Amino acid sequence: MPVGAVIEFSNITKTFGPVTAVNDLSFTVQPGLVTGFLGPNGAGKTTTLRILLGLVASTQGTATFGGIRYRDLPKPLETVGAALEAASFHPGRTARNHLRVYAIAAGLPSERVMAVLEKVGLAEFADRRVGGFSLGMRQRLGLAFTLLGEPGVLVLDEPINGLDPEGIKWIRGFLRDMAAEGRTVLVSSHLLSEVQQSVDEVVIIARGSLVHRGPLSSLDAHATPHIVVDSPDREALAAALRAADVPFTTGRSGLVAVADDPARIGHIAFSAGVELSALHRRKSGLEESFLALVNGADS
Amino acid sequence: MATFIRSVSAEFAKLLTTRMWWVLALVLFGYIGLLAGGLAALFAGLQSGAIDPSAAGTGGQGAPPLGSIPPLIYSFASSVGYVFPVLLGALATTSEFRHQTLTPTFLATPRRAGVLGAKSLTLFVVGVGLGVVALLASVGIGALVMNAFGVDPLLGDGETWTLIGRTLLAMGLWAIIGVGLGALVPSQVASIVIVLAFTQFVEPLLRLASSFLDWTAQIAQFLPGAASDALVGASIFTGMNPTATAAVALDWWQGGLVLLAYAAWATAGGYFVSWKRDVT
Ligand SMILES: Nc1ncnc2c1ncn2[C@@H]1O[C@H](COP(=O)(O)OP(=O)(O)O)[C@@H](O)[C@H]1O
Ligand SMILES: [Mg+2]
Repeated sequence: MPVGAVIEFSNITKTFGPVTAVNDLSFTVQPGLVTGFLGPNGAGKTTTLRILLGLVASTQGTATFGGIRYRDLPKPLETVGAALEAASFHPGRTARNHLRVYAIAAGLPSERVMAVLEKVGLAEFADRRVGGFSLGMRQRLGLAFTLLGEPGVLVLDEPINGLDPEGIKWIRGFLRDMAAEGRTVLVSSHLLSEVQQSVDEVVIIARGSLVHRGPLSSLDAHATPHIVVDSPDREALAAALRAADVPFTTGRSGLVAVADDPARIGHIAFSAGVELSALHRRKSGLEESFLALVNGADS
Repeated sequence: MATFIRSVSAEFAKLLTTRMWWVLALVLFGYIGLLAGGLAALFAGLQSGAIDPSAAGTGGQGAPPLGSIPPLIYSFASSVGYVFPVLLGALATTSEFRHQTLTPTFLATPRRAGVLGAKSLTLFVVGVGLGVVALLASVGIGALVMNAFGVDPLLGDGETWTLIGRTLLAMGLWAIIGVGLGALVPSQVASIVIVLAFTQFVEPLLRLASSFLDWTAQIAQFLPGAASDALVGASIFTGMNPTATAAVALDWWQGGLVLLAYAAWATAGGYFVSWKRDVT
């Protein structure tokens, strides 16, 4: 059974000339859970993951697996499996040969090559040149590479990009299984909706800085409460809300008031003698809280 | 050490699982075979009287002396063929940048200097392999043609076999120079243009121009192609240029060391210029 190590980022900063891609980022990732590493495009996710894997040198700070930097791991592919966003294949090499090269470099038995191709559903394409692969097939080949050494840690950069619905369903199950077996699973995405069905924890960054971390459900707390309220006489309702100092906007299905308690809005309407045709709490989605967090970092 | 050996095996697998090596080997064989066969026929024909010198368009200068024909023909393997190992080495490095395969490579082997060392060693061996192919063309075809014209191909001669051995060494070193160049200039197109322009145009011109004055000839003997010819011991350049300042050539071992210095310098330079940088 693979053992997942704790991933720890401490005070990672990376500048590319004038651009600060990652800014004093610290967080840990626990085994046995799927952790979503989220942020809009350009937030610094790929850079952070490449620093973790020793591909990019941090300007400051360190990232480790169980306290050991990637470059110091005695058996890197047997400890960490990583698939990065960019497709990294020689188009003239077959899928089997692509994996064989790295299995040889890492001293892994050659049977692992077919085993991982089967695991990701590419066995029948083993001897096709990768140049002819679709984006979804390349993503699967990238995943096959991560599994070569049966590692306890998986680091996946935007693995869902380019997958068809069937592939998305498959990878969701895959991520859950990997974590259930005790692995540490860190998955980046620029869309919360893409991973929200599979992640336990979220780490959200914007402009290179941490804006939120915690269980997925903790995003609920960040949701701004809204009450949708409507009346046959909208003008009167609007006047009543204005008089009671309740901020609101006009939506398609009525007025959207920023408030916690529908009863309070009901009382305001009743006191003003306005008849109501609708009154309910609008559950703002996790995606909205995510966007609010990310955009909040802009200002 | 075990890591290094695995890296070397992986580099061999990389090279042998794409088509480039055998395409280059095939073109090399055809090119050197034609050149060696054609010129062997011309020179041997002139010597043996089978070809009339006035009809051969050599301006009555005639062919090189009889004994110098075989080494001259055989040395085409390196004096003309050296561009092939350089290209293969440069392609091996630049394709890692171009196809972003440095990412999985460095994930599997995070110690990058070892990977570059493994690539250099691998390309040295494959460069020697290309040397074998080039010699099969220059010696194999050249000797057959000379034999047909009644010129002794000197295959029993110890010097011929020394030349063959040194040609192999030169071809291996050239492949390492290619690896280093690819790391110095990671853009594949730029690298190929530099290889072709330098080997086919710039260096031959420099060598020709420098041969008229003693002090320029002194410097030009350190050009990589000149050092390589010195190592091998014979070349169409030194053999055919009647105005060449006599005796301006390094000893074979000096030529070898100069070529090795180019290989080491290019590889070490490439390590700092691109290899150890961020892979983004
Ligand atoms: N090699 C590089 N040179 C210069 N800037 C870079 C480089 N790589 C990334 N950046 C910049 O760093 C920031 C973060 O990029 P990235 O880590 O790719 O974000 P994400 O993966 O979250 O989309 C962006 O502003 C990007 O333009
Ligand atoms: Mg990215």
